[in-house]
Amino acid sequence: MSVRVFVPGDMAAVAVGADQVAAAIAAEARRLGREVEIVRNGSRGIFELEPLVEVETAAGRIGYGPVYAEDVAGLTASLFDGADHPKRVGRPEELPFLKRQTRLTFARCGIVDPGSLEDYRAHGGWKGLERALELGPEKIVDAVKASGLRGRGGAGFPTGIKWDTVRRAAGPRKYVVCNADEGDSGTFADRMIMEGDPFLLIEGMVIAGIAVGATRGYVYVRSEYPLAIAALERAIEACRHAGLLGQGVAGSAHAFDLEVREGAGAYVCGEETALLDSIEGKRGQVRAKPPLPAHAGLFGRPTLINNVLSLAAVPFILAEGADAYRDYGMGRSRGTMPIQLAGDIRNGGLFETAFGVTLGELVEDIGGGTLSGLAVRAVQVGGPLGAYFPPGLFDTPFDYEAFAARDGLIGHGGVVVFNETVDMAEQARFAMEFCAVESCGKCTPCRIGSVRGVETIDKIAAGLDRGPNLTLLTELCDTMKFGSLCALGGFTPYPVMSALTHFPEDFGAARAPVPAE
Amino acid sequence: MAPEPWNPEAARRTILSSSGAEGALLPILHALQRQFGCVPNAAVPLVAEALNLSRADVHGVVTFYHDFRRVPAGERVVKLCQAEACQARGGRASTAAAEARAGIKLGQTTADGRLTLEPVYCLGLCASGPAALVDGRPVGRLDPVKAGELVEGARP
Repeated sequence: MSVRVFVPGDMAAVAVGADQVAAAIAAEARRLGREVEIVRNGSRGIFELEPLVEVETAAGRIGYGPVYAEDVAGLTASLFDGADHPKRVGRPEELPFLKRQTRLTFARCGIVDPGSLEDYRAHGGWKGLERALELGPEKIVDAVKASGLRGRGGAGFPTGIKWDTVRRAAGPRKYVVCNADEGDSGTFADRMIMEGDPFLLIEGMVIAGIAVGATRGYVYVRSEYPLAIAALERAIEACRHAGLLGQGVAGSAHAFDLEVREGAGAYVCGEETALLDSIEGKRGQVRAKPPLPAHAGLFGRPTLINNVLSLAAVPFILAEGADAYRDYGMGRSRGTMPIQLAGDIRNGGLFETAFGVTLGELVEDIGGGTLSGLAVRAVQVGGPLGAYFPPGLFDTPFDYEAFAARDGLIGHGGVVVFNETVDMAEQARFAMEFCAVESCGKCTPCRIGSVRGVETIDKIAAGLDRGPNLTLLTELCDTMKFGSLCALGGFTPYPVMSALTHFPEDFGAARAPVPAE
Repeated sequence: MAPEPWNPEAARRTILSSSGAEGALLPILHALQRQFGCVPNAAVPLVAEALNLSRADVHGVVTFYHDFRRVPAGERVVKLCQAEACQARGGRASTAAAEARAGIKLGQTTADGRLTLEPVYCLGLCASGPAALVDGRPVGRLDPVKAGELVEGARP
């Protein structure tokens, strides 16, 4: 009897040897004369255990990890029968890290074969689309509105309102664009979905197309994600063959087709209007708003542009009902957020949970503290444009408004833990330097301000006119925050000012007192 | 796969095969770079003519994006992540070790043309870092020793 063995094809597993493990298992099976089917699934999101190899048994799937190629020869005797071994971790879903999650968007990721339409359907796929076809555009939009879903790219704008604006916009041709330019350090949820459950994103985009009356979609994926691009292209091709993309989607009267566009290494293209210019074949420069993309977006047409996680949340909302999604969360942050635990953390990975969990629970309890064993000093939430939080603010709940109230942002849900060896002046300088490298150059506060910011932080670090230069840096941050055209220049002050506010000792505070103002 | 030497006729065919798409410029530039290892200056007027753009427009796009090279890279390209999550996992020390072993800084190519070191800002391997892309292949859990070996392996 053939044994099904799962070896993740996720980039985080491949980066630590999963391809070699898959090859070694295949060779070992041939040597032992065992019939083995190797499935390259996505990742479960427990990166400490990658490569996490699983085998299908009568008692469910049994995991072993981390498994390296050199382990395989000694492991296969146990592996093919799910038997005991020092690397056996049991059923993955029983591991505390997974057991504590509420996986709505990531329900299938790491479980299904991302290349198999049949597997997707067998695990509840396309139910959202079926429901959407019954409801029709107006009621689809109503459901998305009622779910309370907000843009998961970082801005947190109500998704249903955006959809309604595009639906009502007049035009012979409309577009749905998926922003998969996941450039924030500390984030990988979009990548995991595209690699581990690509049909989910496609289903979300098809539903969006029906809802707003668009016939064409683009997924803009960054070039740093080659495996995600390949997985999506394979999935799109499979959907075209199955009649789920193209003329008459799933036997309906709606036409919708999709194309992947590869980015070219510009962080600013994660900003939605720069992304649209990039798809059009231009420099990825930010556009002034208005007009909103909803009215005049890609090629000047009405365009719905959403993040991967926003679109991937939609099939659940349609299939299970808006209330089922809305029942999770706190305040105005409804549903679940796929949080990404990264940096110096013991249990790094993907943790999807309802809004409301505190930063301290995420870092200390779920994350298990630092991997290095050193004390936690700072946690950056929301990518390179997110604020640094000291442990004193660990009671902040994961919620758009709660983070904003403490001069931070949840962004795309990345949580990067730094230990006590971090130099916060160096991190503040890096934020300005990154902005200078990645600025699109269109607006002055960002283009010039970031360069001046690096220079000013260097002067402060060197102890030159510390007081006046701190005042200058604060004023410069104000100018960037309120004068920049987009979030790149506008949010770079968050990491800079939070480092300065919470860690003044790293800016030479001991050497000279901060001027009283 | 080693890039082909520059050939305007081959370039014209590549440009033509991609020029029908909406917003074809980026796909064309990616295709040229895959074929020739870079987007040389000689390609700019050919692309401009095919898409009815000015040379300045095309030049502006080629130079805007970090991915596009004007000259071919070394035989092997090692991109080391410099973003915050890898910094928090000791990325700066791994980068320093790689630079010391290769005798070049990020953004440079060795004199013998065997190796290019480049920075990259996030590969989405933020709980498996420090991370790198070695000729497009992801590598995680680096430390200064492994980073040095990567570079060494890249110089046969």
